[in-house]
Order: sequence, then structure tokens, then C-alpha cells
Amino acid sequence: MKLLTGNDLPSGDVIWWTGSGWSRRIGEAVDSGDAPEQIAIAEEAARRVNAPYVVDAQAGPSGPLPLHIKDRVRAAGPSVRTDLGINPSIPLVKG
Amino acid sequence: MYQYDKFDQSIVDARVEEFRDQVKRRLAGEITEDQFKPLRLMNGLYLQLHAYMLRVAIPYGTMDSRQMRMLAHIARKYDRDYGHFTTRQNIQYNWIKLDETPDLLAELATVEMHAIQTSGNCIRNISSDQYAGAAADEVADPRPWAELLRQWSTFHPEFSYLPRKFKIAVIAADEDRAAMRLHDIGIQLVKRDGVLGAKFFVGGGMGRTPMIAPEIRDFVPAEDLLSYTEACLRVYNRYGRRDNMYKARIKILVHELGAAEYKRQVEEEFIHVKTLGIDPPVAELDRISAFFAPPAFEAGLSDTVDRSDPDFAVWLDQNVKPHKQGGYAIVNISLKPIGGIPGDASSAQIDVMADLAERYSFDELRVTHAQNIVLPHVAKRDLYAVWQALDAAELASPNLDLISDIIACPGLDYCSLANARSIPVAQKIATRFASLERQRDLGELKLKISGCINACGHHHAGHIGILGVDKKGVENYQLTLGGSGAEDVSIGKITGPGFDEDGIVDAVEKAVEKYRELRADGERFVDTYRRVGMEPFKEAIYG
Repeated sequence: MKLLTGNDLPSGDVIWWTGSGWSRRIGEAVDSGDAPEQIAIAEEAARRVNAPYVVDAQAGPSGPLPLHIKDRVRAAGPSVRTDLGINPSIPLVKG
Repeated sequence: MYQYDKFDQSIVDARVEEFRDQVKRRLAGEITEDQFKPLRLMNGLYLQLHAYMLRVAIPYGTMDSRQMRMLAHIARKYDRDYGHFTTRQNIQYNWIKLDETPDLLAELATVEMHAIQTSGNCIRNISSDQYAGAAADEVADPRPWAELLRQWSTFHPEFSYLPRKFKIAVIAADEDRAAMRLHDIGIQLVKRDGVLGAKFFVGGGMGRTPMIAPEIRDFVPAEDLLSYTEACLRVYNRYGRRDNMYKARIKILVHELGAAEYKRQVEEEFIHVKTLGIDPPVAELDRISAFFAPPAFEAGLSDTVDRSDPDFAVWLDQNVKPHKQGGYAIVNISLKPIGGIPGDASSAQIDVMADLAERYSFDELRVTHAQNIVLPHVAKRDLYAVWQALDAAELASPNLDLISDIIACPGLDYCSLANARSIPVAQKIATRFASLERQRDLGELKLKISGCINACGHHHAGHIGILGVDKKGVENYQLTLGGSGAEDVSIGKITGPGFDEDGIVDAVEKAVEKYRELRADGERFVDTYRRVGMEPFKEAIYG
């Protein structure tokens, strides 16, 4: 599956496409379908997301999990400051 | 300490208001991210892995307590209660909000600080020796010259769009505490027949193509320092490659031309630049230098320190360095507690350091390229009180220059460029070597970790260096040995195949134990490596 992600423009927070909007919780993310680029263009034009891009992911027990460790850290928050992450329980190692 | 004049303050204030308008237009959708990105980067605002990151300039790493308190205030009000001191003697905040940034910058400007030129292909923060003005071995205080270069390079119209970023260091002692020869331009102030001048080293750097800057000129008279620097930049700006960002740094130009040919072109340009009259008049140099006059040291203070508290005595031996003034000492505050995040400090800790600087160090602090803090002028009679206050704030780790005093970039925990995490590796190594007795037995051992080839963690210059790479989507760590950023500058060599996160900690320990086995009296790790070569270490690590 493919997830659409980006940053909230004023806050910079990492956000994920939920099918109808954006969430800071990756567990609410959904597959972005066949034309994520078109969603990205429309949402960026409406300033609901900044610098959107698509990441590869797989289904996990608590929702989708990005395949690459960089995207997992991005979703989880810093592994060395789990008190600051929004989704710190995400496993960083592929499984 | 330099203090802004009306020109300094007005350009910083004007830049804040300009950026406020740019942010407003971005949030209103009047400009796109592609249009806005170069504008925010010119103001030190990156979009990193988790959020916006702001890099605040600390010119040549020097601050007063008022500025340090402002950094704590920024951490509390605009970030998540901490900041990260960097290898460029700056501070970074990891959780900044775009819509709050103009107000943040306006507050910074009230204490003569900003984030200008902390990103982009321009001349970055001028770095220097953290012991400037306090060290006995310097021929002059390098800070007035660093300040002169700061003023010259700020908004320099010719050098705002260089082929790549450009880093300059100024030192004034033979002991290199600023990794001077790993800069685009390294300037070492020297005296010849009693006359002040400078050696110029050009074309050093780390990154994917590490190079040690060759000496370009052994003596530039001090009054020509600015003109000569301008000539060095002009040749680079004209001929540096803009077609390939990986070959755009000045080190590539100097390497491809050869140092002799680059020097020839600089000398030719220098003759022309000298006709332009850009060097400051003596009165202006004197005006700047006056800000860096030595503080009012008390004469006749005792050099005796009561060492009866054993914990204090260890800290004294490890973190306190000699001062040029009798009765005074230089205090190094380690930001490397065992298991902590190298370079991070909470707002409360930043406030403690500011308070100590105001009370005990003539209101001065320095940030070091090794991500520590210095109180440059502390009376020896006050050392115990300073240590007690640091200890209460968990800032008294007695590990300066030991294996746990690790330089580490933010790595994949924060940085969108990184391939692997640096901080957890630093934490595991520091924890493995937590015994202070063991660390002190090993002696000076500089371990540096980068999370990608850009080498922000200076791994090339580590006695032991670690480079994080992406190996088919998995973090992997290469080990290098034999680097140094000091006056014995060298680039580390890769030992062989890389390791996973736990494997790299074991490999470091094997290398260290081999050193213990092979070392001769008085040899540091790097000395033994240079004497015996790579093979015994390779055998220990992979054998």
C-alpha cells in the first residue's frame, strides 16, 4: 500500500492522509489509491498540507506501517525522545 | 563581547520584519513552497524529519548570559523545552512552528541574535577557538578578526549565492581546538618578527570527499586579512562548480586546480582586491578589538584549589584547563552525560549555565565545536561553587575529551538527510564505557558519529569515527580509525565491512582493547594507531 504524507503548513507537524482529510496519527492513514499525486496537488494548493509525498507501507496490527525506517522514525518521533513522539510505539525495524 | 551598533541592529530588525511578511504571504497562499523555501532557509528555518528546525547563529560561539537566557526562553516558549548545541558552535531547535517564527526571531533580535546565514550557499557562522581570550598559547585574541569577518560576510552581495555553503574558522594558537584545517578557509593568526599576520589554509572539509586544507599563504599581514579572504572567495565564486552539488565545495576546486595554481590565481586577484580599499581602517579595527578587551581580572589570586572532595578533584583534572591569567581557570561544561543526547540541554540547564557565567565568568560563555559549553574566565577560588552548581544541574560529567565525550549529529532521529541514527549509538557506546576509571585509563579518545555521508558529526576527524549508512533499508555503521581534527589533523580510514547497531559498539570495544594491549607509555589511541597501522586493529575487530 501507499500512504500520502506531508507536513502541516503552520505547525510543521507530520500528517497522514486519511481519505477525507489529514491526521497526525498514522494509525488513521489509509491507502492513497491510484492517484495520490492528484490528491497531493489539490491539498497542497488548499494549504492543507505542505511538501506532500508518497511512501510505501504495509498493513500492521495497529494500522499501516511505512516500509522504510526513515518513514517509520518520521511517523513515530525521535527514538531517543519517545516522550515527544505522536506515535512512539511504532516498531522501527521491519517485521 | 561585541555589541551591535545601530547598523547591526537595524539590519537584523529589518530582516525580521521582512521574514514576517514572507511568512504571512506563505500562510495566505500568495507564494508557493518552492518560492518560500529559499527565503526560509536564508533565515535558518529548515523543514526536517518531524517539524521545522531553526538554527540560531552564535558568532564564533561566544555569548553573554542575557543571550544564553534568551536561548532558554526560546526553548521554553517556542520549542519543547530543550535545544541542541551543534558542531558549528550554534544551537538548533527541533520543534519550531512556522507561524510563530517571526515572533521568535523578533525576541532573538532584542539580544543581538539571529538565524541569518545559518543555511544556504553563503558564508556561514564564523567559528573559532572556544578558549579565545583565555588561552595562554594564543598570539592574539582571534575574536576581533572573527567579528570582522562576520560583519564583512553578513549579506555580502557577491557571496550570497556561492556554488555551495562556505565555512571559515579563525584560531590563534598552534593547538587547533576548532578543526581549522577542515574548513573551507582556515585562518591561523601568527606573529612574524613581532608583527601580527595570518596563515591561510584553503580547501578543507569533511562530507563525502574529506580533505585537509593545504597551506596557501604562510603569512598575510593582518591589515590585509579581509582582502586576502575576499580574493580566496572570488576565485572560488568564479570557478567553483555549479553543475554538480557534490563537486561544488571549494575543496574540489583547490584539489582539481592544485594548491599552487589556486594560490597563483588568488594572489593575482589579491593585487586587484587591494585596490578596492575593503580592509577596515585602523580606527575601526580598534573599535572592534575594544569589545574584546580582557575582563577586569583580579590580580594576586591564589592558584591553590582544595581538592579534598574526590568527585570535584576528578572533574577538576578532566574538565578544567589552564588560563593565561594567574588565579583563573577555563571551565568546560560537558553536555555528554552517560546515556544522554550529545549537545542537548534543557531550558533549565541553559539557565543554570547563564547564571554561572554571569556570576563567575565575567558574563561570558562559549559553545565548542565538540558540542560542549565553556565558562572561559573562572577564578580558581570559585571552582568548587561552580562545580556544585553544575553537579546539581546534572552538568558536571567529568569526561572532556574522553571516549564518552562523543560528537554526534542529530542523525535519523531528527534529520531528513540522515540514513541512520547517530544518537542511540552514541548512547550505547557511552554506556558501555560508563566507568570513569576505564575512560580515564584510555585517555584522550575522540569518538565522532555521523548519520550520513554529509559528516555533520565529524566522523572523518574522529580517532574513532562512525558513519551510519543505509544498507538495503537497514541501518548499518562503518568504522573508521585514525582521524583527527586537531593540529595533528588527519582523515580516518575505514576498517572494513560495517556493523549493525549492537555490532558497532562491540567493534569499538575491540579496537579500544587492542589499543590497550599495544600502547606504549603516554600514547593516545590515535598515536598507537599511527605507529602500528590498521592491521592489528582489523584483526581484533574482524578476526
